[in-house]
Amino acid sequence: MLPATGLEWKLLLTIKSSSEEMTRKIGCLLGKIVPPGTVLALSGDLGAGKTVLAQGVGLGLGVAETVNSPSYVLMNLYQGRMEFYHFDFYRLEEEEELFALGLEEYFYGEGVTLIEWADKFPGVLPPDRLEIKMLKDDTDLEKTRQIYFVPRGKLDVFFLKELGKIASSCA
Amino acid sequence: MGQPLLILGLETSCDDTAAAVVQEGRTVLSSIVSSQDSFHLPFGGVVPEIASRCHLEVINAVLDAALKQAGVAFSDLGGVAVSYGPGLVGSLLVGVSVAKSLAYTLDLPLIAVNHLEGHIYANFLTGAAITFPLLSLIVSGGHTSLLYMEDHGQIKVLGKTRDDAAGEVYDKIARELGLGFPGGPVLDRLAGRGDATAFSFPRALMGEKGKLDFSFSGVKTAVLNCIRRETEKGRQINLADIAASFQEAVVEVLVGKALLAVRQKRTKQFLLAGGVAANSQLRKRLEQVLTREGVELVRPPVEYCTDNGAMVAAAGYYYLQRGRLAAWNLNAVPNLGFGPLKNK
Repeated sequence: MLPATGLEWKLLLTIKSSSEEMTRKIGCLLGKIVPPGTVLALSGDLGAGKTVLAQGVGLGLGVAETVNSPSYVLMNLYQGRMEFYHFDFYRLEEEEELFALGLEEYFYGEGVTLIEWADKFPGVLPPDRLEIKMLKDDTDLEKTRQIYFVPRGKLDVFFLKELGKIASSCA
Repeated sequence: MGQPLLILGLETSCDDTAAAVVQEGRTVLSSIVSSQDSFHLPFGGVVPEIASRCHLEVINAVLDAALKQAGVAFSDLGGVAVSYGPGLVGSLLVGVSVAKSLAYTLDLPLIAVNHLEGHIYANFLTGAAITFPLLSLIVSGGHTSLLYMEDHGQIKVLGKTRDDAAGEVYDKIARELGLGFPGGPVLDRLAGRGDATAFSFPRALMGEKGKLDFSFSGVKTAVLNCIRRETEKGRQINLADIAASFQEAVVEVLVGKALLAVRQKRTKQFLLAGGVAANSQLRKRLEQVLTREGVELVRPPVEYCTDNGAMVAAAGYYYLQRGRLAAWNLNAVPNLGFGPLKNK
């Protein structure tokens, strides 16, 4: 169940989360360091904690409102220290349905974009993105999650260094 | 008394393109929703699912069909109401632009309606007398909100979901069990045949005293883990038991929070709204509890529980009565909350 490795996987960070609170905390730390214009492409099974991580990112970005699941509304927009665009591809069946969302405007905007179920439509994702894969731990379905971070394309080096620090502090 | 006031209601906040004509805020003369199988374009054929999401392609046909079904012309209308948020900005903009153009060219008042408030007003289409102040629970795929409404346009959010909406969890679990979409009706039917005590799923935030927020992400994960564990043990999964136990957990939380709100606010009526208002168990249990408290449960006709134009027109009628009109610079507000008209 590990993400496939290949030449393009320059750096793979893994963080093990032992609870919902810890997943939210990891998201929060990520939200604090993420630079404007970053796309976070999140994937993982139903119930893996994607929305929990997204809530943490919102918290770290200083969003005061409740960040909740955008599965139905497809996208939520929040205002923190910068704009936070929270997408969810769960309910979408075909790539065409994405056009109505005007994705490019967000991907290449000044805010932070987080997409749940991003792996459903890899073709629409921008080349520069941080992929985050969340897996349930087979020995502890209820609580433990493995979170993999995989940078794709060009990402801010300082940001990646800070992300590395988070990973080692959680180890 | 002149002519009865007819309001055209437009709704494009999410997937559905809808238009309706409602008389005096209560009588539906027509209601067209593009995703309905019965809706055919003038040139014949059912609108494909994909096209139904492209509001631009169908809005004119939906609009024409609404006027035709009502047997009225543009000149008979007394106002144009439209959902301007919350929702997807691109989708909302189609409805808002059409409503603005219509109102401007026909010289009619333009009324901007909060989509969620619209759901509450679906209850005005029942013919029941509605008295303020009242409580309302909106439960749908996208929203779970408990509201206190002092008067038209005066809404206070008492509680909302912190993660998944109730209807969303129904659909996700149904999908995981291979029961198709939408999951609500199927799970509801299955639950009727199952044992609600077979499995124990968490009731989130029930312990937080006086707090009226909801959380359904935990019960979702618990049900999914339960399915996985049972499958791994090679046990035959009793779908009816899982459905019944899951529904019990969700309904208990919704009813429990509703009861808390009733005890805090002591209103005469409680209005159910949104797609999940059609759920049999929720209706039954809520009715039992509210009757004991001496509160009347009102719920919309089933066809007006999901997104539609009639609810927007109904809300629009009351806005118009109060002179709450939108200006020509009206814009879509994707993250619209409750409160005074946003007319930036």
